[in-house]
Amino acid sequence: MATTTSTGSLVLVTAVFLASAVEMVEALTIVLAVGVTRGWKSAFEGVAVALVALAGLVLLFGPALVHYVPLSVLRLVVGGLLLVFGLQWLRKAILRAAGLKAKHDEDAIFAQQVAELSVAAPTSGRDATAFAVAFKGVFLEGLEVVVIVITLGTTSHRLGLAAIAAGAAALVVLIVGLVVHRQLSGVPENAMKMGVGLMLVSFGTFWAAEGVHVTWPGTDLAIPALVAFYGLVAWVLVAALRHDTAEEPAGLAASGEALHD
Amino acid sequence: MTEDQSAGQQPPQVRSDDNPSLVFGWIRAFGRFWWDFLIGDTPELFVGAVAVIGVLAVLSSKPGLRTIAAFVAPVLVAGVLTASVYRAARRRTS
Repeated sequence: MATTTSTGSLVLVTAVFLASAVEMVEALTIVLAVGVTRGWKSAFEGVAVALVALAGLVLLFGPALVHYVPLSVLRLVVGGLLLVFGLQWLRKAILRAAGLKAKHDEDAIFAQQVAELSVAAPTSGRDATAFAVAFKGVFLEGLEVVVIVITLGTTSHRLGLAAIAAGAAALVVLIVGLVVHRQLSGVPENAMKMGVGLMLVSFGTFWAAEGVHVTWPGTDLAIPALVAFYGLVAWVLVAALRHDTAEEPAGLAASGEALHD
Repeated sequence: MTEDQSAGQQPPQVRSDDNPSLVFGWIRAFGRFWWDFLIGDTPELFVGAVAVIGVLAVLSSKPGLRTIAAFVAPVLVAGVLTASVYRAARRRTS
């Protein structure tokens, strides 16, 4: 019993940490662009207010869901949400790994943000533009993390653990970003997104099925088994798509998609 | 600019209409957030996930099939993912 609980906790912490790290890398790119072009004071203020707002959302909705929604309903709805959300992440990661979708390019996004922010000269005192851009960058990227923390945390009754994992990821990315003082373009974002997608789909399948009273052999141990199964499916799909596109090279040209997608 | 506005006549009911439109705007924005979040450009994933849960609900309504449903679930989800990935691949290569 203790083994299944610790396995579930480990998968939960890994999923939340990776998802949070991926989103925070994207937010860090925006914050660094703001800091470099407009100054750090307003950028940090925007980041701080956004983090407080995100933490407030978790505190507001997390305990309310746990206390007022029956567990089977919560698992069905949250499982369904995670399943759809995870399938979206996994689909994008597979298409990127197969070369059918443009990869997230932090260098290009950083250059674009710097060019946009350099147009208007920084004003003296509080820089409203810097504050707003930093706030929006962190808040919007963080919303996905909040949804993951609340859904994974509430259904497993480990909201505190999920929140700590997300906070730790944000802190690690922030410290690394400040130390190297540049956007983290070397981070293997697609591999991380693939991992998060696999875990979200696995948790989604597990809880949505539990919500409709499916009996899982091995209870929580079914989650790593699901991760392994979906990992195998993703690997086969990437290999098959690469094989198909190698036979039809013209298909690779169709990758002009939005960088932020 | 209309004649009424140019004459500086701003009826009070115009201001009172602002609140419902503001609320309506918030509701629309909230709805759009969830639409983009759940459906976006991949409606087949949403429909597929709902269909999978429906099949599992039907299977698990019979107690003898509840464990079998656990093995059916990942296969159905993998089918939805494969269909969506190949749909995207076809759109990009055509």
